[in-house]
Amino acid sequence: MDAEGLNRRKFMTISGAAAAATVGLEGILAARQAPAHAQGTKLHLLRWNDFVPAADEVLLKQMPEASKALGAEVTLERINANDLQARITAAISSGSGPDIIHVLKNWPHLYEKSLVDVSDVAEATGKAQGGFYPAMTELCKVGSSWRAVPHAIVGGQIAYRKSLFEEVGAKEFPKTWQQYREVGTKLKAKGYPIGQTAGHTFGDAPVFWYSFMWAFGGKEVEKDGRTVALNSKETVESVKFAVGFWKDACDEGGLAWDDSNNNRAFLSGTISATINGASIYVESLRNKDKYKTEKGALMHTDILHAPNPAGPAGVFHLHAPFSHAVMGYSKNQKLAKDFLRWLHGKEQFEPWFVAQKGFSVGSTTDWEKHKMWDLDPVMLPYRTAARAFRLYGYAGPPGRAASEAESKYIITDMYAKAIQGMKPEDSVKWAESELKKIYT
Amino acid sequence: MSEARRRPIAGGAGGATEAARLTTLPREATSMGPIARLLEDERVLGFLLLVPTVVLLGLFIAYPFVKGVWLSLTSATVGNPGQFLGLSNYIKIWNDSIFQRAAYNTFVYTAIATVGKLTLGMWLALLLNRHFRGKRLVRASMLLPFIVPTVLSTFAWKWMFDPTFSVLNWTLYHFGFIQTRIGWLTDPAMALGSVIVVNIWRGMPFYAITLLAGLQTVNPELHEAAALDGATAWQRFWRITWPLLLPVTMVVTLFSVIQTFADFQLVYVLTGGGPANATHLFATYAYQIGINTGLLGEGAAVSLAMFPMLFIIVVIQLWYIRRVEGA
Repeated sequence: MDAEGLNRRKFMTISGAAAAATVGLEGILAARQAPAHAQGTKLHLLRWNDFVPAADEVLLKQMPEASKALGAEVTLERINANDLQARITAAISSGSGPDIIHVLKNWPHLYEKSLVDVSDVAEATGKAQGGFYPAMTELCKVGSSWRAVPHAIVGGQIAYRKSLFEEVGAKEFPKTWQQYREVGTKLKAKGYPIGQTAGHTFGDAPVFWYSFMWAFGGKEVEKDGRTVALNSKETVESVKFAVGFWKDACDEGGLAWDDSNNNRAFLSGTISATINGASIYVESLRNKDKYKTEKGALMHTDILHAPNPAGPAGVFHLHAPFSHAVMGYSKNQKLAKDFLRWLHGKEQFEPWFVAQKGFSVGSTTDWEKHKMWDLDPVMLPYRTAARAFRLYGYAGPPGRAASEAESKYIITDMYAKAIQGMKPEDSVKWAESELKKIYT
Repeated sequence: MSEARRRPIAGGAGGATEAARLTTLPREATSMGPIARLLEDERVLGFLLLVPTVVLLGLFIAYPFVKGVWLSLTSATVGNPGQFLGLSNYIKIWNDSIFQRAAYNTFVYTAIATVGKLTLGMWLALLLNRHFRGKRLVRASMLLPFIVPTVLSTFAWKWMFDPTFSVLNWTLYHFGFIQTRIGWLTDPAMALGSVIVVNIWRGMPFYAITLLAGLQTVNPELHEAAALDGATAWQRFWRITWPLLLPVTMVVTLFSVIQTFADFQLVYVLTGGGPANATHLFATYAYQIGINTGLLGEGAAVSLAMFPMLFIIVVIQLWYIRRVEGA
């Protein structure tokens, strides 16, 4: 059939609409025709400003390709990650805004009722790529339906200065928190403390302190998600350890650091280690001559990464998960799902994943095997970082209560209060009482 | 139609033409449309002139306020209108230690910042009211903190307070005043004070420029007469300037108290409410609850908890202004 001879109505009826409605993107591709959507249909995607600009450039280049494949104009808008929730709240409340929004943390649970069921897209993507990490499934699957399609995980690992650690006798990164404290004490004595925030900041504070608590066996609630279990021997021990760790090994100015303070401190050579996405290393590579060690070597040659040390209960990480959600008010829900199927497909995800160079890792296990990991051994610890991924609200579900506890910085403040002089037992009791108001 | 227009004009050059024009007037009046006739009624016209203002106030002030009150009485979350809860949200926040801390912080923040801004603003206004070379330049530059977007200037302060790279610490250290770094924002005992300093810096020009305008309305002869009678500078200020400036001062303070009490962006940028809630204000905590957690009802309750307190402050100040003006 000659497509040029068709009028628009016939085209919609025969090729596009039918193909898209029945077999999704495969149908679109097989038909070698863009599916027809109402003329001038636009799809609006809202994402964070990626820390890796090269990855955003890949996405920007992909938008015209998506427009061509889907027969609708796809636009990408990027904003600061801190502003996403305000935009989501406004969009849901007004019933208008971007069709697809980049959701972080456990937001699929928070906005569940305002998000479209994307189970078909998520399950197909997971199945084709080796399955999602369990934490990503827990985050995006609310009850029995997926409210967002997992996209990527910004892993948190400890960035440390190889030469400084070697100078105090640590040939490899400490395996336990006790060893880390001992090494950190020596480093602080030399003027290179460990740098860590205990402030009200979006990423690094919860990433560090939740993982720390879990390593000692502490947890917010029992599995039922209602019984607060924070005030335990394990949590109190972790707080006691944190007080000593802070005094002996950490930069004591970190109490109100934001997510960029530790980067600046590390790159200027005032701290020896810090929990981080790979942003410090990425920045040192981006401006090689700008950052040097005190001996004049290029800073990036002196940076290594390692997972958190183990506590009595093991090694855990709270990473930063990113997903895409189709908004319930969108008039283009079908189109939005087709787009996500396209964007999350291996072919499209791969160039974005490669551009990330390990800063973001895949949300499915297959990406651990990608040859990108052969490029830079310094980034290798991020390859399997998502295996130790645990979520807010453990041992309960990562729902609204977990989110409230996290956004109120209760766990972070439990440690911060003790570091500032409150008795560890009292700071745990304070946090327990706050959690009880939320969970019960 | 006014009596003047109806009154016949007799005699004079062109009287015939004038008479002819006047004869047409009753016809103009009778040809007025019903709308024009309606507008002749002052009550109707007054009402119509008020309508745009009432609509704007209703849309942008009354509706959000009423909506906020309603939200605070419900279990609304983002995307979920929730159910009516009565005062449950208020009871919950009343027992919330972070809210209690935020309430305490807000009062301390407002009280100290207002007194600081008033004192320094008055001092600056008195200085700028004198004649000196470059007066205009100094007056213009004084407004800079007020003109520069708050977020931008607050970021500059954030750098100055940086725990590692603070220029303040560097200066104090190099002049031998300190031996260890001061945690301007990291030490809970310092953090609120540091945030107040930034608020004073930002708000002082508003006081200074308004009080300066007030000072320029004070008749200099009063000062000259007082000086001739042997009054000291302080006596002239206390007996002449201050009483005459009081109404302006009260109005400026009223605006400032409202703005300071509801301040958000400064704390949000500097500390996000930390460390350990040491700098949380009503507005930052309401944002945290309402936006970050999605608990719109509870967030609205935190936000509206400001209202009765602000209301009392405003009523007292307005009462005082009225009394001063009536005296």
